[in-house]
Amino acid sequence: MTDAIIDIDRVTKRYGSHTVLQDLCFSVRPGEKLALIGPSGSGKTTILRTLMTLETIEGGTIRIDGESLFQMERNGRQVPADEAHLHRMRTKIGMVFQLFNLFPHKCVLDNVTLAPMLTKGVRKADAERRAMELLDLVGLADKARAMPAQLSGGQKQRVAIARALALQPRIMLFDEVTSALDPELVEEVLNVMRMLGSTTDMTMLLVTHEMSFAHDFADRVLFFDRGRIVEEGPPEILFTNPTHERTQAFLKKIIAAGQRI
Amino acid sequence: MADWAGYLGLMLDGALVTAKLTVLGCALALPAAFLAGLGRLSRHSAVRAVSVAYIEFFRGTSIFVQLFWAYFVLPLMGVTLTPLQAGVLALGLNVGAYGAEVVRAAVQSIGREQHEACVALNLTRWQSLRHVLLPQAAVVMVPTFCNNAIELLKATSVVSLISLSDLTFQAQVVRSQTGSTALPFLTVLVIYFAYASLISFGMKALERRMTRGLDGLRT
Repeated sequence: MTDAIIDIDRVTKRYGSHTVLQDLCFSVRPGEKLALIGPSGSGKTTILRTLMTLETIEGGTIRIDGESLFQMERNGRQVPADEAHLHRMRTKIGMVFQLFNLFPHKCVLDNVTLAPMLTKGVRKADAERRAMELLDLVGLADKARAMPAQLSGGQKQRVAIARALALQPRIMLFDEVTSALDPELVEEVLNVMRMLGSTTDMTMLLVTHEMSFAHDFADRVLFFDRGRIVEEGPPEILFTNPTHERTQAFLKKIIAAGQRI
Repeated sequence: MADWAGYLGLMLDGALVTAKLTVLGCALALPAAFLAGLGRLSRHSAVRAVSVAYIEFFRGTSIFVQLFWAYFVLPLMGVTLTPLQAGVLALGLNVGAYGAEVVRAAVQSIGREQHEACVALNLTRWQSLRHVLLPQAAVVMVPTFCNNAIELLKATSVVSLISLSDLTFQAQVVRSQTGSTALPFLTVLVIYFAYASLISFGMKALERRMTRGLDGLRT
């Protein structure tokens, strides 16, 4: 597939003797919204972390826009990527974390403006104007001068989304972004993501346990188990008519736990 | 009855020397601590090795010996320092070695999630350190730096061994000239304590300023 924005080709990832991803292959089209679901420890989060270069891989190739993430060409040979290559590749990708990872010593506005000013040389006034637009987008313009510690979990996560958007990535990775939130705060974050999904052409990869959100949001759902894709398909098929027994068992458990799909 | 005003003047001269040594010593110790502390965290093994060698050497040998080296041995190698310079050098490097471990530990105490946020926002290692990790780590460093500064203040009394007339030295002078023991040493005690309190107070204020907003209370 040559028009893929993300191409994962026989990727293997190990922690010591424990194999997390085994010969994993899949690709993502530009603008596609992809949900990664599956039991804990199935390797979903590891994929996002690997794409963000927070983890390295032991085998295989990841290509972003046709260009290898962890390898680069030097004198006609493929060599391990250096910092400059990784830096360039990271400009295409943004990530939102389960625990927000806001900078606690900076106010909301500074959290959002820091990276554009440092990595893209955006002037302070421009960065702040853009940041205010983004904070407005996530409904937090009135919190620009608040410190992260003064915000609720849902507000923190919306700031984290604005912060990632400020760098205008083409790919956004959402790693269980509502898992650490109190139930009543989940919806405000999901609403922001719905809005992003419908108003932007960003490619979005989402690791989630919110099955009904994945159902409504994703163009395609990948079900992972033990580092492999067990089953994939459009949500209306995968959720209502899964063919693989492990998918069926997983969804059964989810429904038994009280979630609506 | 001796001329107490004159003797008090002598003591205040000593107090000034002690203050000078403390301020200049801290001014050297602080950059030494940051250089060596961050050096220990470097990706380059040579930088790490130099930092570790510095830290271990200055923590592992006595401040007396270091002072004697700075004042008596360096001239043999063609480097002649005034007593004040030698005192500042020995005190600064000695306390800097302790401070380096404070810097290292504080930077390492910042959670991995902060590093990861920096990577995800595509900051360089230096930008992450400068804008994200050090500002948070500095808050952790201040209380221990306060201890170090007070230790440095108290260690300044060793410079009397290289003929510098600091506070302790002057107290001895006054004692030998007047035969009075309690009064000069009481004065010394009070002055040292006042200095230490000043450091303590200043550091507390600094800490309050730096932690403002971090706990969720807007002040």
